[in-house]
Amino acid sequence: MKNPLDSIVGTIVSGLILTALLYLFLRNFIVAGV
Amino acid sequence: MEIVPAFARWIHFAAGITWIGLLYYFNLVQVPALKDAAADGTAAGITKHVAPRALLWFRWSAVVTWLAGAALLGPNFGAAFTLQPEFAGIGVGAWLGTIMLLNVWGLIWPNQKKVLGIKPATDEEKAKARRIALLASRTNMMLSLPLLFFMAGGLSHRAVFGL
Repeated sequence: MKNPLDSIVGTIVSGLILTALLYLFLRNFIVAGV
Repeated sequence: MEIVPAFARWIHFAAGITWIGLLYYFNLVQVPALKDAAADGTAAGITKHVAPRALLWFRWSAVVTWLAGAALLGPNFGAAFTLQPEFAGIGVGAWLGTIMLLNVWGLIWPNQKKVLGIKPATDEEKAKARRIALLASRTNMMLSLPLLFFMAGGLSHRAVFGL
């Protein structure tokens, strides 16, 4: 499989996916208990 | 307005714009430009006069950004880095910024020194260093998106996203 970081589009898509994953992590595992 | 956080925020933004602006410059402008310049034999102008200056501002603005960010967190520094619920959003941003700073000084700069001939290296070592520096730089560009989301959101995140 090609490394997504080899292209600018792949880098941006990876960043957007990571943003969504981190948001879901914070929302469901860190902030949820408050 | 307290004077220390006000100045820390100001410096954090100015240095952060310099740092991330140069990061985007490297990825969006310089890397593709060098590819074209290598084809017509004009790459030396960039590698000799532009890249070293850009890297100087890049690596030191990263340090200033992190220090001003730490000053801005002040007594909440520990709460942010341990992801306490009230500081979880900015804490994730702080962790991402820290990883990016380590990437700059631990991977990008040492490898760029070999690529640009500041540190002696064989052609094979240069090729390897070029690949590592590119991937580290692209990693930072990828990390900058969640970093900006979690750092720049402020109070709107509480209203819109519940963070």
